[in-house]
Amino acid sequence: MEKYVFIIGATSDIGMAIAEKYAREGYDLLLGARKSERLLPAQSDLQIRFGIRCNLLELDLSQTATLAAAWNSLERKPGISICVAGYMQDNDEVLRDTNATLQTIESNFTGPVTLLNAIALDYLKNGTGVIAGFSSVAGLRGRQSNFIYGSAKAGFIAYLSGLRNKLFHHQVHVLTVLPGFVYTKMTAHLALPGLLTATPAQVANAVFTGIRKKKNVIYVKWFWKWIMCIIRMIPEFMFKKKKL
Amino acid sequence: MKKIIANWGNYPSIESDEKTFSFPEDLATYVGREDRFIARGYGRCYGDASLAAKTVCTLQYNKVLSFDTKEGIFECQSGLTLDKILPIIVPKGWFLPVTPGTKFITVGGAVGSDVHGKNHHVDGCFSAHVMEMDITGHDGETHTCTPDDKADLFWATCGGMGLTGVITRVKFRLKKIETSYIRQKQLKAKNLDEILRLFEENKQYTYSVAWIDCLKKGKGFGRSILILGEHASVEDLPAGKKEKPLAVPSGKQINFPFNLPSFVLNKFTVKVFNFLFYGKNMKREINNVVSYEPFFYPLDAILNWNRGYGKKGFIQYQFVLPLESKNGLVEILHRISDKGIGSFLAVLKVFGPQDDLISFPKEGYTLALDIPVRNGLMPFLDELDALVLQHGGRLYMSKDARMKPEILEKGYPRLDEFKSIIRKYNPESKFSSLQSERLNLTSR
Repeated sequence: MEKYVFIIGATSDIGMAIAEKYAREGYDLLLGARKSERLLPAQSDLQIRFGIRCNLLELDLSQTATLAAAWNSLERKPGISICVAGYMQDNDEVLRDTNATLQTIESNFTGPVTLLNAIALDYLKNGTGVIAGFSSVAGLRGRQSNFIYGSAKAGFIAYLSGLRNKLFHHQVHVLTVLPGFVYTKMTAHLALPGLLTATPAQVANAVFTGIRKKKNVIYVKWFWKWIMCIIRMIPEFMFKKKKL
Repeated sequence: MKKIIANWGNYPSIESDEKTFSFPEDLATYVGREDRFIARGYGRCYGDASLAAKTVCTLQYNKVLSFDTKEGIFECQSGLTLDKILPIIVPKGWFLPVTPGTKFITVGGAVGSDVHGKNHHVDGCFSAHVMEMDITGHDGETHTCTPDDKADLFWATCGGMGLTGVITRVKFRLKKIETSYIRQKQLKAKNLDEILRLFEENKQYTYSVAWIDCLKKGKGFGRSILILGEHASVEDLPAGKKEKPLAVPSGKQINFPFNLPSFVLNKFTVKVFNFLFYGKNMKREINNVVSYEPFFYPLDAILNWNRGYGKKGFIQYQFVLPLESKNGLVEILHRISDKGIGSFLAVLKVFGPQDDLISFPKEGYTLALDIPVRNGLMPFLDELDALVLQHGGRLYMSKDARMKPEILEKGYPRLDEFKSIIRKYNPESKFSSLQSERLNLTSR
């Protein structure tokens, strides 16, 4: 497989960390973002530090109609595609605002799915490739504090699981990443529990290893698996009374 | 995020609301919205220069923007640290034009403190190699300046402790090297007269610095080890290293895991340490070839070595005296050894000529010593300040956590000019630190 990685949502802290990890390992990069000019400093940085090629791609996941064409127009296609893109806003605000609702669903579900469909068809045809998608532990059970974001992420979990099932038979691997808490700009205002919270670099390492070892679903910090296991087992009649 | 921060001396510490940024528009928004904050990098200045109730951290703003490997010109965002730059430039045959004794500082910090190194007498300060930089001003706009264009902003920013705005981009010249090794010579000096004579005799060396034992009295007063260096050529290297002359050292580190209890450092233990340090050089002269890492950054191998001074922290006291004030140096050293305040070896260097707006170095002797914070220390340092002034010297703001405003005023003849530039570019004291308030550089 060609050492060329596509990172969708590269301006995020996690996207940047993954870009650096793969550059360090000698992979060329295609960085996709809504305002790709914001990535110009990162592009020069990665090329100078690691001697790799880094290309940029303007990509707006809310413009679903343009996404397949953006992928298909690439001359050189990356063999690994990692979708980090996501958008989270306060749930009560989203609840009252139709545009915010649509944006939450588009950025976390419709957009990624539309783009990954085009990529998956290509990989399927060639019988090689890896797709990694970032969902969230919020997608494992709807909670009052973030269920709109969570439901879009839940849809994405189901999509990745089905895609994995389909592409398995064509030697294409699909990885689902459920990172738990991560120290990023998106969470800078929250007080996060240190033990449960990963750094972007830890997430990047976990993704790199997960892809190399063909893992199916990874949580960056191992106890998240068990925490979510317990949360999912709470009966609904009890769960609905909780303030989570 | 609110957290307790302190600089390298661990004195003072303060709760600060710290904000990081990765993109220029995020910084512009912050600058537009917030008031009375200071930019902060790695926090390796010693005192209170980058401390404030609100700080904007540059460490995420750390991208390499260009590197001309033919001309040796490097351009980066201000939060990039020197330890990240070295592995990029050294394999291509380039080195930092000026480096302080640690590589864990940001480029923005190098400019804001206008750092000097062992080659000051030959190459000047960091600012002498800066070609161009961007500063985000109080209006949130980016101002590009060079030594000639918006020169007032440029020179008030070099050594200006972040008071003109947030430095965001720096373009500077590198130094050509043939190998990553240093041809090192160490000379033992029995006393102060000998070390000062050795500095004079060896001033053609690019790099020179001395470790001096401040506690020794009597005949051995001022005994020192002078360390000289030149970038080695390929011929200088031993056979095994010739194939990879530009190798980057691995830089393994050990951690100093906890704060040493204060009683560990006392007159006796420090005397023993200094005796061993001086005694380890059996011969009067040692010549060898070493990697740049141990030559420039001997203490970087021990992470958090500042914990050795205990929880209360320490003051690094650094001053410069003009060459004609050798008597002043003798007097101050006597005061220190009489007081017996526990300092590990102090660093002595002879600066070359420099006459910038607000940068610390000027031609003469500079001495830097670490002193643990103890009861009675501050009045003693005030006494030393008076001596420094009396002999025409001044103190280094990057090391300072306690000097009085009049000490700064009397030591820096162009301070009024500096203050008027600060008022021009920072009229509402938007950029303001504990230090700038203490020293009346910004309003309170």
